[in-house]
Amino acid sequence: MARMRAALIWAVVTGSIVVSFAAAATSPLLAWRGPVYVVAGFAGVLSLALVLLQPLLAAGYLSGLSIGRGRQVHRWFGAALVAAIIIHVAGLWLTSPPDVVDALLFDSPTPFSAWGVVAMWAAFAAALLAALRRPLRIRPRLFRLGHTVLVVLVVLGGVVHALLIDGTMESVSKLVLCALVVATTAVALFNLRAWTVLTRRKR
Amino acid sequence: MLPLSTTRRGLLASGAAFGAAALTAGAPAIIRPAQAQALAPTDSMRGGANNYRPGAPIVQRIGNGGFWMSGTVRRAGDGVPLPGVRIQIWAHTTEGYETDAQSHGATLSDANGVFRLEMPQIIPAFGQAHGHLAYDDTAFKTVFLRPVMQSSRDKSLEADFVLQPA
Repeated sequence: MARMRAALIWAVVTGSIVVSFAAAATSPLLAWRGPVYVVAGFAGVLSLALVLLQPLLAAGYLSGLSIGRGRQVHRWFGAALVAAIIIHVAGLWLTSPPDVVDALLFDSPTPFSAWGVVAMWAAFAAALLAALRRPLRIRPRLFRLGHTVLVVLVVLGGVVHALLIDGTMESVSKLVLCALVVATTAVALFNLRAWTVLTRRKR
Repeated sequence: MLPLSTTRRGLLASGAAFGAAALTAGAPAIIRPAQAQALAPTDSMRGGANNYRPGAPIVQRIGNGGFWMSGTVRRAGDGVPLPGVRIQIWAHTTEGYETDAQSHGATLSDANGVFRLEMPQIIPAFGQAHGHLAYDDTAFKTVFLRPVMQSSRDKSLEADFVLQPA
């Protein structure tokens, strides 16, 4: 039963990511985009896929990876997510600078831009907090609370951003991927009892 | 029976048409000029000026065409149609980016203040299928519009200008 469940998680996760990429790769919009714009778009898809994998790694839901190994991969993927977001924004900036400037200044006519920018800053802050945890000896309670609040912003902002966009992602695979992102994040936070930092009494 | 529309734009348009009809039908002749005076100028839209290229040439058609951008140009206040007004149009289309010079073109409004320019099919870019239009000459205040298509499969897009003297 446990093996079935483990296999099912792997199948659903890899399936949803592979199908999302495959569907986006066949988008008719790609015919009218140059390489820089195409790479920028796929960096966005990759970001969403990484945001799905992150809670699974943090909570140890992917069988075959020990919790320690999973956390190690979680750190690498966190760095990869930051890189993917930078490539996404830089590629869009090269394609149409004024649209990206508007988005970064929260002055865009498209509502999804603001959600994406919030998710971007939250992801950068979550990664920075993780990077500074040891050098600054950030207390576990503070780290946990900060990282949790920030990743909730990443997930909410990122999912709304993706869903509102009329782009290369195919709408059904995008909806499924977004639903999985929200569900896995919620389950992981629930199982890790991420909120106990607020309710637990100080000893 | 009013035609019913399920889109927000359709509802707003039919609501506005109904309101206008009720107002003009119910208004005594003497207050009608005052109503006409109230025609407000069009405000520029957010992001409307993005990738604008001043001085785009007047063209018969942008690229190979297949898509129609159209609209009207009127004067603020009295609503008089304005002929010979230069309107510039650009978009991300099947033939180029907004930043490309060949994606830009201009046309003039006719005697009824109507303009119409054929251009390549607009496709979604930066998350929305949208076009750009500009009035940017000396007689009136500059206006930049950025209308969004209801469906990316639409073959036309409309945008109207109400201009106020500079």
